[in-house]
Amino acid sequence: MVNTNPNKCPMPSQDPMVRNKNFGEVALGYTLEMAMDEARRCLNCKHKPCISGCPVLIDIPAFIAEVAKGDIEKAYEVLSQQTSLPAVCGRVCPQETQCEGKCVRANKGESVAIGRLERFVADWHREHCAQKPQTVQSNGRKVAVIGAGPTGLTCAGELAKKGYEVTIYEALHTAGGVLVYGIPEFRLPKDIVKYEIDNLKALGVKIETNMVIGKILTIDELFENGFEAVYIGSGAGLPKFMGIPGESLKGVYSANEYLTRVNLMKAYLPTSKTPIRKSRNVAVVGGGNVAMDAARSAKRLGAENVYIVYRRGMQELPARLEEIEHAQEEGIIFKLLTNPVEVIGDENGEVKAIKCVEMMLGEPDASGRRRPVVKPDSEFIIDIDTMIMSIGTSPNPLISSTTEGLETDKWGCIVTNGDDGLTTRDAVYAGGDAVTGAATVILAMGAGKQAAAAIDKMLNEK
Amino acid sequence: MDKILKKDFLNPTVCRMVINAPLIAKKAQPGQFVILRALEDSERIPLTISDYDAENGTVTIIFQLVGEGTMELATLCENDTICDFAGPLGKPSHLEGLKKVAVIGGGVGCAIAYPVAKKLKENGCCVHSVVGFRSKDLLILEDEFKAASDKLVIMTDDGSYGEKGLVTNALETLINSGEQYDEVIAIGPLVMMKFVCKVTEKYGIKTTVSMNPIMIDGTGMCGGCRLTVDGKIQFACVDGPDFDGHKVDFDEAISRSSMYKKFETHKREAACNLLNKEAE
Repeated sequence: MVNTNPNKCPMPSQDPMVRNKNFGEVALGYTLEMAMDEARRCLNCKHKPCISGCPVLIDIPAFIAEVAKGDIEKAYEVLSQQTSLPAVCGRVCPQETQCEGKCVRANKGESVAIGRLERFVADWHREHCAQKPQTVQSNGRKVAVIGAGPTGLTCAGELAKKGYEVTIYEALHTAGGVLVYGIPEFRLPKDIVKYEIDNLKALGVKIETNMVIGKILTIDELFENGFEAVYIGSGAGLPKFMGIPGESLKGVYSANEYLTRVNLMKAYLPTSKTPIRKSRNVAVVGGGNVAMDAARSAKRLGAENVYIVYRRGMQELPARLEEIEHAQEEGIIFKLLTNPVEVIGDENGEVKAIKCVEMMLGEPDASGRRRPVVKPDSEFIIDIDTMIMSIGTSPNPLISSTTEGLETDKWGCIVTNGDDGLTTRDAVYAGGDAVTGAATVILAMGAGKQAAAAIDKMLNEK
Repeated sequence: MDKILKKDFLNPTVCRMVINAPLIAKKAQPGQFVILRALEDSERIPLTISDYDAENGTVTIIFQLVGEGTMELATLCENDTICDFAGPLGKPSHLEGLKKVAVIGGGVGCAIAYPVAKKLKENGCCVHSVVGFRSKDLLILEDEFKAASDKLVIMTDDGSYGEKGLVTNALETLINSGEQYDEVIAIGPLVMMKFVCKVTEKYGIKTTVSMNPIMIDGTGMCGGCRLTVDGKIQFACVDGPDFDGHKVDFDEAISRSSMYKKFETHKREAACNLLNKEAE
């Protein structure tokens, strides 16, 4: 029987004023009862609009139907057909603009909590099923994947399942890409990422860390070493700065640096050997998920006042709804329609304040969002000791600059022929942020999956 | 891979390690660096490659024990493995086509200046090396520099070896004596490089410096190593580490290098105490 409750079953969470002082996961996850109850809110409608909202086309009503029956392993099997990282996606996908945004239940009340159910099923499987995936019989053909982030891991997993001998080359010392250096522990516990990576290894995927492709080996050398195809998933890691005075003062970070120190290098632990600033007043510039992650990390590290400084309004914040709500609950202060114009330092070169201007929203720009314009004579000062720039990233040129014939566009994104990710070089495919510019985990996974299918097809025809 | 084949101390605080890293050795060029973590929980630290041997598959690093990261590295012995060792990173130095160059090294920076002098010499360039140390007991790589230079001037702050004075004094003397250099390459403490640039600017000699700011990933990701060069933000890890010294904002770089001074001092003391305890 359908559960007619117009609202989602609430997610049990750590109390905001407790969690803003620790790095433990915020959302604690559904119990089996909650999950089955929530699953029964799904109408199992004929036209299944939710599936069209999913970049990897998970058969959402089918897995939810299994949850409603209480057959969680079966539900996991349904998920596994389309996604290799359900525990990750259930936590970090922007469901409100994807599957849940299309859910019929959202017409009257809240959508089915698809993301929370996906997370529940993946967590259940991890906790209850000890079985590791089996290595598939090798077909003797080697494929190289560059970057162990969401797109590379997905592509590698898909190819390994088909029998390819896949080696992932990762530049950092830990596999996971943005899942380990970017997204904080309180939103995505690193044990979960490690579990997924261990599963890939069990499938037979080799991961070589500390390998900066473009430097230690070029793509041409990978082919010389016997790889028959290469997939580039090197992400968009280059941080942008605003170009305003004072950005090189001590205490001004890129969000990448701040989060890498906190997440990858574990600077939040007292035993960590990587330093991080002890801040009291922090301004995070930007309004995306990364900005929310940085702001909430700063709060957890003991900052009293943490400001999100964003030049547009609440409606325009690009972050996931849940992250914005969580940030607000945790006491992050939103300074909207505000733009910094100068960072002010003290006599020691330490940041002490930012000069901002107020903004108004004008006519829509090319992105369809209303363009922010400066309100005249609106300058004001916010006293801070740390500033974190979270205004976007662009693709890393290390590979494109060392691979002849690999075309990039004016933003440095690798040019592909569309869906299957083939670049301007034979047998070289690319996907994820390296192609699209900074986007989401799930889009990167979708690209990895499509490229894996294209690589398989290409090698079969060869 | 990444096993320490040889370890020795060049002076009481400067350690040299020869690492088995065949892939890096094959690609390494003067001016490039590695990022390493000595142990599983160590900080990532950048170290410029001070020598490489493609044939034997080895890379040499020389480092001063200044912080916890380098101290941990120095606790490793021959046959130990360095936990993480990634490279070669950064752009190689541009050394082709130079006919006569003054290579200026300061302190442990000489470890980085040495492969530059060596490569120049191999290219048939006339190399004048000026190396400076605080005192005689801190002197490193004298024989190596001798072999790689047509002229070698050693300076010490206290006059305990070579000539008394700063590398800038020696450089200016050379220039005034009529030596004409295509380029001056200066590698050492920020203050030294700043003042070398001041001297060469006066004489209009092109000057390249090697910057070694705070860095995490070394691949362009964190932006922590940013410098202002010619008024623009540049990342030392991917745009450098070599830059036109006359365009680098040294005062800003000097200020930024002290960002974690307190933390580092605290950690270094903690590490020293721990080592002392173990030694007791």
